[in-house]
Amino acid sequence: MSSPMTPGIAAGRLPQETLRNNFSDLHAPLTAHEAAVAADRCYFCYDAPCVAACPTDIDIPLFIRQISTGTPEAAAKTIFDQNILGGMCARVCPTEDLCEKACVREMAEGKPVEIGRLQRHATDTLMAKQRHPYDRAPETGKKVAVVGAGPAGLACAHRLAMHGHDVTIYDAEAKAGGLNEFGIAAYKSTDDFAAREVDWLLGIGGITIKPGMRLGAELTIESLTHCFDAVFLGVGLGGVNALHSAGEDKDGVRDAVDFIKELRQASDLAALPVGRDVVVIGGGMTAVDAAVQSKLLGAQNVTIAYRRGRAQMSASTYEQDLAASKGVRLIFNAQPVAIHGNGAVREIELEYTADDGTGLKGTGETLRLPADQVFKAIGQTLTTDAGLVLEGRKIAVTGAGRTSLAGVWAGGDCASGGDDLTVTAVAEGRDAAMDIHASLMGSN
Amino acid sequence: MADLTTTFLGIKSPNPFWLASAPPTDKEYNVRRAFEAGWGGVVWKTLGSEGPPVVNVNGPRYGAVYGADRRLLGLNNIELITDRPLEVNLEEITRVKADYPDRAMIVSIMVPCEEQAWKDILPRVAETGADGIELNFGCPHGMSERGMGAAVGQVPEYIEMVTRWCKQYYDKPVIVKLTPNITDVRKPAAAAMRGGADAVSLINTINSITSVNLDTMSPEPSIDGKGSHGGYCGPAVKPIALSMVSEIARNPETHGLPISGIGGITTWRDAAEYISLGCGNVQVCTAAMTYGFKIVQEMISGLSDWMDEKGYTSVEQVVGRAVPNVTDWQYLNLNYVAKAKINQDDCIKCGRCYAACEDTSHQAIAMSADRTFSVIDAECVACNLCVDVCPVENCITMEPMQPGQVDPRTGKVVQKDYANWTTHPNNPGAVAAE
Repeated sequence: MSSPMTPGIAAGRLPQETLRNNFSDLHAPLTAHEAAVAADRCYFCYDAPCVAACPTDIDIPLFIRQISTGTPEAAAKTIFDQNILGGMCARVCPTEDLCEKACVREMAEGKPVEIGRLQRHATDTLMAKQRHPYDRAPETGKKVAVVGAGPAGLACAHRLAMHGHDVTIYDAEAKAGGLNEFGIAAYKSTDDFAAREVDWLLGIGGITIKPGMRLGAELTIESLTHCFDAVFLGVGLGGVNALHSAGEDKDGVRDAVDFIKELRQASDLAALPVGRDVVVIGGGMTAVDAAVQSKLLGAQNVTIAYRRGRAQMSASTYEQDLAASKGVRLIFNAQPVAIHGNGAVREIELEYTADDGTGLKGTGETLRLPADQVFKAIGQTLTTDAGLVLEGRKIAVTGAGRTSLAGVWAGGDCASGGDDLTVTAVAEGRDAAMDIHASLMGSN
Repeated sequence: MADLTTTFLGIKSPNPFWLASAPPTDKEYNVRRAFEAGWGGVVWKTLGSEGPPVVNVNGPRYGAVYGADRRLLGLNNIELITDRPLEVNLEEITRVKADYPDRAMIVSIMVPCEEQAWKDILPRVAETGADGIELNFGCPHGMSERGMGAAVGQVPEYIEMVTRWCKQYYDKPVIVKLTPNITDVRKPAAAAMRGGADAVSLINTINSITSVNLDTMSPEPSIDGKGSHGGYCGPAVKPIALSMVSEIARNPETHGLPISGIGGITTWRDAAEYISLGCGNVQVCTAAMTYGFKIVQEMISGLSDWMDEKGYTSVEQVVGRAVPNVTDWQYLNLNYVAKAKINQDDCIKCGRCYAACEDTSHQAIAMSADRTFSVIDAECVACNLCVDVCPVENCITMEPMQPGQVDPRTGKVVQKDYANWTTHPNNPGAVAAE
């Protein structure tokens, strides 16, 4: 039996019981009493700021009032009408930066209405009923291909199916769900929620999922546009940026997304190896998810090194605090310059940075941290442009996700604009679906 | 989703939620917004006779009573009927009704208790194309001092007389709005019925002073240091209104008379309760004034969900369902025995049940050193006070005892058969059991 002190990369650092607690729900579901008290705090604001702050425009005051009046299923319908992945968003949305930040009670008392947890209360209640709450319109005979079974693709497919179109979803992975299934910290999506949500969503009917199909390999834009009336690309960002530091190829250096993916699919967390000294390079949600989960698996020392300051970190203050509360150390203004070790990583060398107004530069001063595992979380990239015009490093879109190629739409992380959030991907998928629907029906 | 389409007095509306005659329905701008928000109908703010309109005070018109967190529980007002010219209101009513033919449009009227006054205004209201009229016999302030509003509603003979005039000079449905500022609401309701009213609506507002400013010693709302009683409404008046509605619904003389329920309706559940006690539809004001027109969306979704869950396919099926269960105290089953039960998993150990029971009731709750609260069945009379003061819903419940069990308080076996006060041995006027 190993422990947090065991050198190198080792499995089973913590007892099963501890692991179970560590990876249980970050926020337990609200009890009926808690939900009643929390819902009671909503003022039912006019033209509510929380709604304006929600990328999917959920009518938050209405759904909270519906919880208050004992109709959580009506509340869930209000949520799903705008966001069919409202269940997952209730778990993973950075509400502290979105609806809850805008809540008038945040301004009044520094304590917003617990919108995220109330949303979960409502959606969990309806989903537990097992019956899919939407009916499909009569079949239109139109066929749409959706590439990518992540939040954008699923939201798009559901909306299209609801309008009677015949949808085929292709996904590179063996399982649907995209980042919901493979890329989010386990304590935010417990009890196989991502997979259960996909099953529930498919209850609409008219959607076929074909796994193991990758754009640029098994699939081409040409064949898709040939076989379908419209195509939606929600392929996400499958590639990972390189550090470009010496020693990046040493054993123990890996992509944070791979680690998270492995963890999410692990049947036995005690069998999952993790380093004693873990260093995560990056400043986004992926960095925090990898760091916190390393700590929860039993790593003795976990450090996030970010090349800019705290204010520039794309992980929210809430996520930074979560990391700190779990014992993760955050180092700011430090960038990797070299990874040392004889075969396997033993140390990482960081250089302090400063921005004098002409861009971020190394100061020449370095520090070394012990590291037997280094996770790279410095951003993801598109794996194929599929021959479409790009904007920056993403597929260029205009309006509701229209790409440079007629009949091809894109949304979610792979498309330009947006902020790489689950909820934004859902909004983009949904809006593209409505545009596809209008375009298909208009052509009749 | 259940179909909420409601036909009341032959007037169809997409749902049973109408806005009551009040400030929200005073002009075209508001009423159009209300219809866009989903309201099934409106009762236009009360019109007066032609000529110089009434004037309102230029200071506060409303006073409030709050619950925790400044939740508005009761509102009173000293506003009068519309202070806009009759002609303007009639033109607006005509336009709005033409644009929203599927919504109910009722015009509230209050003119002097003279036949000519009604004879003058009714044809003009008829020309608007409105679906019916509501006679404002209820406003307790201002207009009542001039012999209108509640001053009429408090005299059944006047109600009957004016209603008869309206039925004579107007072809469409006539609804009589009743004041609660009387002793027995069955009398004005019966008078309205005798006068030929198609329906009654109730309650109008209740005489009230919401508070007193202890610095200026003026009642609120205060106008330059003086206050007048106003009309009280909002969630706080609902129990009073429900009781009055039920009295009319179960009174043999007025049973079957259509009722439009008014008084503190804030949620779908309030509406369903009014409907179950005999109302064909409901009218709302304070909830809209507190939360805006959008509040109707919750009422619609909630009522629809509840009807689906219960298997009701029309609002009509719910109307009056609870009326047979409203009875006199003397007919309540004295053989029914219940005991309070505290769910220890839900209990947060605040001790409010204990304080209520120990200090003011039957000393039927025990408190242990570790703040565990439990019911002493031998003392519990099932008064329900602990349930009412408990902050956690359903933490304390009333559990009926089963026939054959011995009630530890009385030592008597719980009887299966129904028995009430009329046959009870302690009743000097008891009817001998056969």
